Amino acid sequence: MKPQYTIYPCGETALCFDLGSTLDPGLNQQILNLCHQLLAHRFEGFIDAVVAYSSLTVIYDPYHIYMYGQNAGKDPGQSVRDWVTRQLVKAWQEASETLHRPTQHRIPVCYHPSLGTDLETLAAARNRHPEELIHWHCQPVYRIYMIGFLPGFPYMGEILPELQSPRKAKPVPVAAGSVAIAGKQTGIYSLPSPGGWQILGRTPIQLFAPEADVPVPFAPGDEVSFYPISLEQFEHLKQEAHVGTSP
Amino acid sequence: MSVQVLKAGLLDTVQDQGRFGFSHWGINPGGVMDPYAAAVANALVGNDCTEAVLELHFPAAQLLFEQNTLISICGADFQPCLHGEALPLWQPVVVKRNSVLHFEKAVSGSRCYVAIHGGLDTPVWLNSRSAASASGLPRKLSTGDILCLREGRFYFAAWLKEEQEFTVLPWKAAYREVYAAGSAIAITRGHEWTQLNRYSRERLVNDPFTIGAAADRMGYLLKGPALVLEKHIEMLSTGVTAGTLQLLPDGQLILLMADHQTTGGYPRVGHIHAAALPRLAQSRPGTALQFRITDPDQAEAAYIQQKRDIAILKRNCLLQLNQKVC
Repeated sequence: MKPQYTIYPCGETALCFDLGSTLDPGLNQQILNLCHQLLAHRFEGFIDAVVAYSSLTVIYDPYHIYMYGQNAGKDPGQSVRDWVTRQLVKAWQEASETLHRPTQHRIPVCYHPSLGTDLETLAAARNRHPEELIHWHCQPVYRIYMIGFLPGFPYMGEILPELQSPRKAKPVPVAAGSVAIAGKQTGIYSLPSPGGWQILGRTPIQLFAPEADVPVPFAPGDEVSFYPISLEQFEHLKQEAHVGTSP
Repeated sequence: MSVQVLKAGLLDTVQDQGRFGFSHWGINPGGVMDPYAAAVANALVGNDCTEAVLELHFPAAQLLFEQNTLISICGADFQPCLHGEALPLWQPVVVKRNSVLHFEKAVSGSRCYVAIHGGLDTPVWLNSRSAASASGLPRKLSTGDILCLREGRFYFAAWLKEEQEFTVLPWKAAYREVYAAGSAIAITRGHEWTQLNRYSRERLVNDPFTIGAAADRMGYLLKGPALVLEKHIEMLSTGVTAGTLQLLPDGQLILLMADHQTTGGYPRVGHIHAAALPRLAQSRPGTALQFRITDPDQAEAAYIQQKRDIAILKRNCLLQLNQKVC
């Protein structure tokens, strides 16, 4: 059984296909399936589909559809929006329900306090040793629900309840590679940026390489697990990554 | 065939109509802030409306055209000058080789577009020539940059009158209605519109809002009455588009512009008509805005009308160009 959906406009150039405000791997997979269906059978005037946790925002060009879509928007009382809505419903009905096998990534993280600047504070607040928090963070296999905020920034979940922490009140400068948590989520800052998430550590892996054929190593639906490395290993891997990417 | 940046301006970039199709990597569309001015600038010189153009902020760059070519300048009026003589906006101009274009004064508007016949042949990244903000790629033009041009279809030397540095061609774009100030900005309701309390819904349509000092290519912070939700709502991030009015936790609105992030988790209370975005792209901090609500069908009709006007202009310009050759 497919879940209930709503489709609503976001202005005249986008429609949001929404499965409700629930953080759920199954719903996210249904959104990905719909996205794949739309990409495999692009309707006239389709521009982009933005994957989020439980919604797909489909961006289209009403003029192109009006001019070249079959009768779209030209019947009295019918808008291009109605026509696109029908395309989404059709894609939803035809989208495969089979679960694909997710690509898995193992990401090294250095949790040294010089890089994981909030780890000790979070540990102290829980009366726990930082090692325990590291263990909690490395235990689950996370699902990438979506990539957003920055190019290559994966939104992953869910983290263990004992690790969950609120965002900071004010964003602070965050280094590229920083591995962070907020609410039920964990993520990686792919680029240096202001950010409000709590920083646990840093990965030497480059998450955004604009010059590469595939600039982002992740996609929504992929699975990620973390493993701890020492500061020496971090420096070593970082150098290697640097050598690997230089022309 | 190239254009040289003799002196960089405050923020000059190469932009086309945006980089779409890579949101699954979190890569935002970017592209021109004022899609109308950029499309019209291209149409006037016989280009496809989606060609890359130069987007200039004031103080704007000084540009050297190394060949005879056809250009047009649309959008903000920065008083463009060639060899001390003023150039018209919204009109194609044949410029002589080694001409230097500079901009004297910010008279009106925020962003000025320069289109060049044939189009810019700058690097393409993920299907677009738009400068990618936040990507680590070079984005701002610097002094000394040389921008290659694609081969044009005409021999412009023959179009220059003797001893003239430039020749203004007679066709113009009718742009005034798009930027006419005074009228309210048309918006459609956002999905969380109904979550605003009644007082806030009334404020949004009855009170003026002002574009704050923090207004850049990513978005404009608007100053106005603090808006309040009926009750707190838990939202998951969704995809967002340029023109979305998001409600920030402090009750103020932010209007997302070209360099917006792909997703956002703030309540979407409204969406500016796409046909009204050019006017906002040219509005400066301090500009007062009044909003009015329309149904989505009106937004769609306005969008189609604007795009159709551009398509007609493009066809007419091509006709004029071809006739000039015959």
